[in-house]
Amino acid sequence: MSEKTLNALYDPLFKNNPIALQVLGICSALAVTTSLNTALTMSIAVTIVAAFSNLAISLIRNIIPGSIRMIIEMTIIASLVIVVDKVIQAVAPDISKSLSVFVSLIITNCIVMGRAEAFAIKNPPIESFLDGLGNGLGYSLVLISIGFIRELFGFGTLFGITVLKPVSEGGWYQPNGLLVLAPGAFFLVAGFIWLLRTIKPELAEMED
Amino acid sequence: MLEMLIQCVFLENLALSLFLGMCTFLAVSKKVDTAVGLGIAVVIVQTITTPINNLLETYILREGALAWTGVDALAKLDLSFLSVITFIGVIAAIVQILEMTLDRFFPPLYNALGIFLPLITVNCAILAGSLFMQQKGLDFQKSAMYGVCSGLGWAVAIILMAGVREKLTYSNVPKGLRGVGISFIAAGLIAMSFMCFSGIKLN
Repeated sequence: MSEKTLNALYDPLFKNNPIALQVLGICSALAVTTSLNTALTMSIAVTIVAAFSNLAISLIRNIIPGSIRMIIEMTIIASLVIVVDKVIQAVAPDISKSLSVFVSLIITNCIVMGRAEAFAIKNPPIESFLDGLGNGLGYSLVLISIGFIRELFGFGTLFGITVLKPVSEGGWYQPNGLLVLAPGAFFLVAGFIWLLRTIKPELAEMED
Repeated sequence: MLEMLIQCVFLENLALSLFLGMCTFLAVSKKVDTAVGLGIAVVIVQTITTPINNLLETYILREGALAWTGVDALAKLDLSFLSVITFIGVIAAIVQILEMTLDRFFPPLYNALGIFLPLITVNCAILAGSLFMQQKGLDFQKSAMYGVCSGLGWAVAIILMAGVREKLTYSNVPKGLRGVGISFIAAGLIAMSFMCFSGIKLN
């Protein structure tokens, strides 16, 4: 595979991470990360949808009329999301319940729509597929690291298994309730962005 | 009714406690007047789409909802798997119609809100409003109420956020945090202050 093709896959992981740098798809990143299980399921769902919607849109990119391309993109994405949602409901009913409406909300997730519009509509199928995959994985990377921190320090567990024994069960760890609640998620994402931009100062925003 | 208003605006705020519509929430909250415009547009669209989607849900999509047609084969049909795609279609269509109507009959309003309307189709707060309506099993009247209230909650949140960000331009923020980073921290602090409302019960 050529270098350009591979870059489509690797770039979104660090250099151009969809959540930390493009600030896309934040809603679900904050909402589903209270536990690793839901974060992981959501990551897989988004990666699959992003990769395959990019592939499908790229395959028919030359026959879509420009004026209705948004509607077509949306229909393709929505159909994929319905399939993924049904699969999750069948395979992991408990997780599906705790994800509630957020799986369906992948439709309006800016990452999927944004990549379709920015990349798949003008690039060949294989590269588009890899671009979708890469962005999905970049999203997963952030989601899983936030989920890891929130579950470990918020409940003292990982994947539901107790790691730091909380005081309430006779252990020593006092769970940090703030991390489980909404504000904790905001602070963590802020910290993540800060970290990334300190490591790579060229990514910081220009003053306006 | 008042209970629902309090619930949706302060306790289950779409933006601050459920993280919905975050992309637009962060992108369009730099100035208070644009935030007010977008907030109003969200309230309007939410108020129209939620009850319409409720009608579709009750008379077409839900299991056995097609019984009113009198056809046996239709009465047994469960189309609920199509609900997401229907809802998003309805939202996109209504936004488009609203845009054209405003343009034709109320040009001043169109000039004020016009640029925000296309943004709303991809705002997940709107789709989530309809999905929560379905999940909670609200009837027509309640769903209309829920639409208004949840839209208002989102509008309040974005206007507050814009107010904070306007002030933020005067402060000296660490380099890496400038822009998005500090907005997240501000949103977190607002969300924290909204948590003070939890526990309010009107009865």
